[in-house]
Amino acid sequence: MADTLEPDATVSEGLDRRRFLTWVMASPTLMIAARLGLDVPEAEAAEPPEGATTALSLYLAVQTDGRVVTTLPRTEMGQGITTAVAMLVAEELDTALDQVDVRSAGADARWAIQLTGLSSTMRFLTGPLRAAAAEARARLVTAAALRWRVLAHTLATSHGVVSAPDGRRAGYGELAEDAARVLLPAVSSQPRPVSRFKLVGQPTGRIDARDIVTGATRYALDLDIPEALPTVVARPPTLRGTVQFVDDASARTMPGVVAVVPLGTGVAVVARTFGQALAARAALRITWTPGPASALSDADIRTRLRDGIGPRPLPPLFTTRTIEGRFDFPYLAHATMETQSCLARVQAGQAEVWLGAQDPKYAQREVARALGWELTPWRVTVHTIRAGGGFGRRFFTEAAVEAALVSRAIGRPVKLMWSRDDDMRHGHFRPASHHRILAYLGPGGRVLGWHHRAAIPTVELPHGFGDALTALAGEVLPKVTSAVFFALSQKLPYGFGWVSQELRDVAIPIPTASFRSVFTSQVGVSNEVFVDELARELQVDPVALRRERLTSNRLKAVLDKVATEGQWGRSLPPGVAQGVAVLEEWDSAIAHLVEVDVTGGTPRVLRIVIAADVGLPINPKGIEAQLQGAAVDAMSTTLSAGVHIDAGAVREGSFADYRWMRMKHVPSDIQVHLVRSDDRVGGVGELGYPSAAAALTNAIARARGSMPTRFPILDEGV
Amino acid sequence: MAAHQFILNGQTVSVEAPEDLSLLWVLRDVLGVTGPKYGCGVGVCGACTSHLDGEAFRPCIHPVGGLSGREVVTIEGLGAQGLHPVQQAWVDEDVAQCGFCQPGQIMAAVALLKKNAQPTDADIDAAMSDNVCRCGTYVRIRAAIKRAALLLRSGAGGG
Repeated sequence: MADTLEPDATVSEGLDRRRFLTWVMASPTLMIAARLGLDVPEAEAAEPPEGATTALSLYLAVQTDGRVVTTLPRTEMGQGITTAVAMLVAEELDTALDQVDVRSAGADARWAIQLTGLSSTMRFLTGPLRAAAAEARARLVTAAALRWRVLAHTLATSHGVVSAPDGRRAGYGELAEDAARVLLPAVSSQPRPVSRFKLVGQPTGRIDARDIVTGATRYALDLDIPEALPTVVARPPTLRGTVQFVDDASARTMPGVVAVVPLGTGVAVVARTFGQALAARAALRITWTPGPASALSDADIRTRLRDGIGPRPLPPLFTTRTIEGRFDFPYLAHATMETQSCLARVQAGQAEVWLGAQDPKYAQREVARALGWELTPWRVTVHTIRAGGGFGRRFFTEAAVEAALVSRAIGRPVKLMWSRDDDMRHGHFRPASHHRILAYLGPGGRVLGWHHRAAIPTVELPHGFGDALTALAGEVLPKVTSAVFFALSQKLPYGFGWVSQELRDVAIPIPTASFRSVFTSQVGVSNEVFVDELARELQVDPVALRRERLTSNRLKAVLDKVATEGQWGRSLPPGVAQGVAVLEEWDSAIAHLVEVDVTGGTPRVLRIVIAADVGLPINPKGIEAQLQGAAVDAMSTTLSAGVHIDAGAVREGSFADYRWMRMKHVPSDIQVHLVRSDDRVGGVGELGYPSAAAALTNAIARARGSMPTRFPILDEGV
Repeated sequence: MAAHQFILNGQTVSVEAPEDLSLLWVLRDVLGVTGPKYGCGVGVCGACTSHLDGEAFRPCIHPVGGLSGREVVTIEGLGAQGLHPVQQAWVDEDVAQCGFCQPGQIMAAVALLKKNAQPTDADIDAAMSDNVCRCGTYVRIRAAIKRAALLLRSGAGGG
């Protein structure tokens, strides 16, 4: 990758009056880069920091065969970004969608933000993508004008071809080399107005669908790296336990076994096939030192969290009544379908790893550290591979560290896989939490205040979070801790008088990670459940209460939409009820209406109606998919899936006991309605979880006549 | 170590492997057939679902011994000429997200439609509830199965 910055780099006016700098990179064919730094909210007036010119957002190359290759510092994990990105490029460049390839970049210091999370991809990249593609189009047109000696503005583009009024035509591929040498575009390189979009905004199928349905899609362990040997790791029964003594005598003699390698986290077994590696792993005799949480079980953790809440603060003046809600949330495993896995080749002082990582630079740093190369991390090449689900788990890359260590120890490439029980029992978990919410009522039922205190084990945030949050917040943040992130992210969208929300970080030695929607998966959910409790207390309809007290017009609009489409208040048989909830986050707003039947004992979801305002909907079909999927996550973790800790060990070991929703649990009707208040691009990936969970809980509360306070709900009374 | 001969995606293959080695690892590690995925190794997630003599089965819990002469079809062998109608329905309904479970989901759906050309919602629940989709694509899987049933009944290709 060359990175020559032209002195006359073009500044393009994007959505929201944000500006993006694009420039031509030294390359045989046309290659345009767009710069990060200006493509963030509230930064439009700010001067870019020193050195920012080397901080890339993305780049795209027009090849001589006419294909457009876009390279992003982001990872496709199922969220559909490659399709949305290809749509934007095809739109601005006037080429066909199937002419655009989208690639994930390997770890590279030149990417200012290389983190896939915080629902930030399309929010950050839409502007620079459009600017880069529009710039490329302008240069291709200019190249054709120079070749044909005609005025550039008389030329038209369509389907990857520049055409002149006299009928001459040239494909982008034929113009790509000349376009790289165009000094200044002779036509506008501004992105087109949103009103002229033809493709963006249309429901569009995924560009990777065919590969997926034919089995051609390659995840890390499907890659054909010659001689890479299957490797698994024997892990302790307790979290973060360590090896005291290994007897590998019988394991070493088993068929197919190549090597046994002790690691800090366990004992690796390398074999000809994974089946043989797993069998030999079972034959290892290991004495373990229990991990730091081995004195803790669920009840102890709940007690510690409850103790972390502390005494009630003084109520506001004129408070006549205080209502209190308490909520317990469990640890959650991300349980991605593809378990943690990585290919690694370490030889001659260089390392290469292939994995689906949400933060490749973190993977690079961690592997370098493990190999003792802290000062020379560039010796580690990280190839970012499509991942089989992420949800926050793939910010952490233990499998890459293990694979690199084993590869170095045996001097051969390895493919290291976590078994499903490894993945369930030794991961990083969405932390458990305990919440106390106090609503202060005054004379005449006025709401004078809302106080939420959440006791949550410290959430481990990877280093890339700091960069991304700094960009989101528009200011340089100090070290991004749980507390900083909590304060930035947790807002209450109601006019409830004196509002305060506080985090009590509780130290519990169980590894944690963010999970889809991060703190909102607990704080936002419990707030929305308690809003319904407040409505019951005030004897008002929960939709009416929200309409009256919401401070956001976008939220009112999506709430009205689900109330209408879902026929809020329609007559239902006994034991069947509706619930609603709302959320505004990630520059988007959403409401859910859920209908649930509790007559069979186990709650059964009958129907879900969703309305979302994500601003400009780049691919409505992809947005619908994300919101449907997040609703299933919410159903799973609200009703039945939770991780239990028994003496420092995780009880659940597979999808047999980690009860994620199956086909038979999920309604055939999960409707998604899009409401568009403006053309900003809002986040989608995390958006659909919290209000789905809260609306489901509220529906159950209304059907049963009592508010669930402990999740997953099927744990109640256990 | 014995040689095992069976039919894989229409071709006779012969592999040297221990009797008790799961077919999943024979496919993936010996034969380089990576469409069937490892999701649990204990037959509870369905990510490796393929066909044995036309029926859906789990290669992860099926030892390679005893396969002699039998016919295994993986996702790679499904649409020998272009897409199978079930694959086409999966594309049309834009089912996949991360995609990891989808080869198994598709193989389970093909087996269902072979036995039952017009499955009801209850039939789909019964046949598909052993396949986990962590991305939560169930709504679209259901729609794709119904669409595929229509395609198959209208004679678009064959299973």
